[in-house]
Amino acid sequence: MSGEIITLAHGAGGKVMHELIRELFVAGYGNDILAALEDQARLQLNALLARGDRLAFTTDSYVVDPLFFPGGDIGKLAVTGTVNDLAVGGAVPLYLSCGMILEEGLPLDTLRQVVASMKATAADAGVQIVTGDTKVVHRGAADKLFINTAGIGVIPAGVELSPTRIRPGDVIVVNGYIGDHGAAIVDARGELALESSIETDCQPLAGLIQAMLAACPDIRCLRDATRGGLATVLNEFAAASQGCMRLDEPRIPIRDEVRGMCEILGLDPLYLANEGKLVAVVPAEDAEALVDAMRTHPAGRDAAVIGEVSESPAATVVLSTGFGGERIVDLLVGEQLPRIC
Amino acid sequence: MMKFVDEFRDPDKARALIRQIEVLLERIETVRERPLQIMEFCGGHTHTIFRYGLEQMLPEGIELVHGPGCPVCVLPMGRVDDCVALARRPEVIFTTFGDAMRVPGSKKSLLQAKADGADIRMVYSPLDALALARKHPEREVIFFALGFETTMPSTALTVLQAEREGIDNFSLFCNHITTVPTIKAILDSPDMQLDGFLAPGHVSMVVGERPFHFVARDYGKPIVITGFEPLDILQSLWMVVRQIAEGRCEVENQYARIVPEGGNRTGLDAVARVFELREFFEWRGLGSIDHSGVRMREAYARFDAERKFAVPNIKIADPKSCQCGEVLKGVIRPWECKVYGSQCTPETPMGALMVSSEGACAAYYHYGRISVEELKRRRAS
Repeated sequence: MSGEIITLAHGAGGKVMHELIRELFVAGYGNDILAALEDQARLQLNALLARGDRLAFTTDSYVVDPLFFPGGDIGKLAVTGTVNDLAVGGAVPLYLSCGMILEEGLPLDTLRQVVASMKATAADAGVQIVTGDTKVVHRGAADKLFINTAGIGVIPAGVELSPTRIRPGDVIVVNGYIGDHGAAIVDARGELALESSIETDCQPLAGLIQAMLAACPDIRCLRDATRGGLATVLNEFAAASQGCMRLDEPRIPIRDEVRGMCEILGLDPLYLANEGKLVAVVPAEDAEALVDAMRTHPAGRDAAVIGEVSESPAATVVLSTGFGGERIVDLLVGEQLPRIC
Repeated sequence: MMKFVDEFRDPDKARALIRQIEVLLERIETVRERPLQIMEFCGGHTHTIFRYGLEQMLPEGIELVHGPGCPVCVLPMGRVDDCVALARRPEVIFTTFGDAMRVPGSKKSLLQAKADGADIRMVYSPLDALALARKHPEREVIFFALGFETTMPSTALTVLQAEREGIDNFSLFCNHITTVPTIKAILDSPDMQLDGFLAPGHVSMVVGERPFHFVARDYGKPIVITGFEPLDILQSLWMVVRQIAEGRCEVENQYARIVPEGGNRTGLDAVARVFELREFFEWRGLGSIDHSGVRMREAYARFDAERKFAVPNIKIADPKSCQCGEVLKGVIRPWECKVYGSQCTPETPMGALMVSSEGACAAYYHYGRISVEELKRRRAS
């Protein structure tokens, strides 16, 4: 392969681009559908029908800075994020597309590492990357590397997850420590010179979710708590169900390192991003069995009940502070900004 | 680290303190007529009060008045316009603390100016801004200096460092404000009805106890220097109420683990070297207050963005319907303001107190609807 950095030639449609696609992407992602090198992936309908009765289809773009951070990188994120968006609908994720926008000058080695990471994560999540696109833009027109992935999965018959099914008396469950990803990114940007060991929680959740549905088919709804964190997902649940999501602060799993960073910066961990955390609402009588089942899965080892649903105040998230008081947990107005003092 | 923090968040200790406050309140005559109004001056305290839901835990005989001590909130629109004008100069890298980014000017906030192409960068300390100046000798790096006495020493020390290193492409847009003249202005206001104060802990760490003596001596109001954990606040409220019950008024220091009686000499010396009092400074919500701001001394004029560049310095009046001033003095509660929650919301703030999460109105809007219902119920009964 010519050169050590990406040039405009890599996106120009000529020889250099074909070389890049063949040697990096086709060899990297390694599957027959992609290797056919058609303009589209061709998927067998019968194989899909055998798994369920509805398609789930989603897309997401990844522009994280820095590209590599403790415990993950943009490639792992690009697979995990889309797989999880499918999985929280109850779907079995199967196929992904991958569009890449590369900034001229990006080291080829960086791209190789990202592709290797995508491949490993896809294998871990049981999905194939079956179609893709590559564009190269002038230096400064993009920041190093942007990725878009779209995904298709199949929802098994009978699985109906929706926040409109939430009822008063239900309980709220998470699969582990919240805020790790957001804190790891703040830390990896290196603006703070904090000495911490926080790693992203970036992980595919499809396996865990299938295990959860097997243990408790009556789960009302699931959502992954990515941008905007736990607080945002619960506000969405509250709005859709018109119920009150009542959280018990001491029961929410948050690592001491993450709490410490939030104390210093004046951030609220409830709003920090996650990339491997889901929130589930389940009937109270199923909660114990569900949490037990989750804890036997590596992605749910620290699962916990963190609150319950009540009737009023309607369409609101309320936090019992552990100090004896209560407060509303509202949607953020903009980005969380550190406080000055 | 969190172990030390959690000690100050113990719910059992909180309940015990609240019981003690209740016992004291029973001995106070005025409480039978109306609740005691106690002002926490500092936005940091306001933040703790809302974050832990302290207000609904307090006995009915206490009403908290959330003071003007959020430096981001009280920044007048004209000063934000000046920031935007400075930031738009092509040679300038404009650096600021994060929460000042969203404060609305008459036309736009720094966040909007950044989106429009101004080179505005968020920093965590003035030293980060100085490092940028070292790295970009061809650009002018302006640091948006704001905050009370808490942040003044670090700004002053950064200027002294720039002077030592001979860095000439670094300057301050100085908007530091002072605590004491502001508390005095509130006390002098004719509709003032406060019974006591929680004094800001971080400011006191710098200035010490002495500057607050006038509150007790000249105005007869108890004042307690207070830390930022929820138990700190409850204990300080108990100390204020105890003074009232015992007929005393003095400065007490609840935050002695951090605040030395004489403050921080090194910090104060650096501040005195670099800054001098302005004749007056304009506050959003409170208007002009004598000696309530500082500017850079003549000797440091070359580090002063206001002298280096022409800033428009146009005064923009607060909107007429805005009642921030009355809320700040405890005359009305935030939700009693005519525009609260209708024309004035955190998305489109009209008044100072809706601007940052430390402003009383924004805090009620985001966190406090439960408190509002409870407090309304109490008022009605």
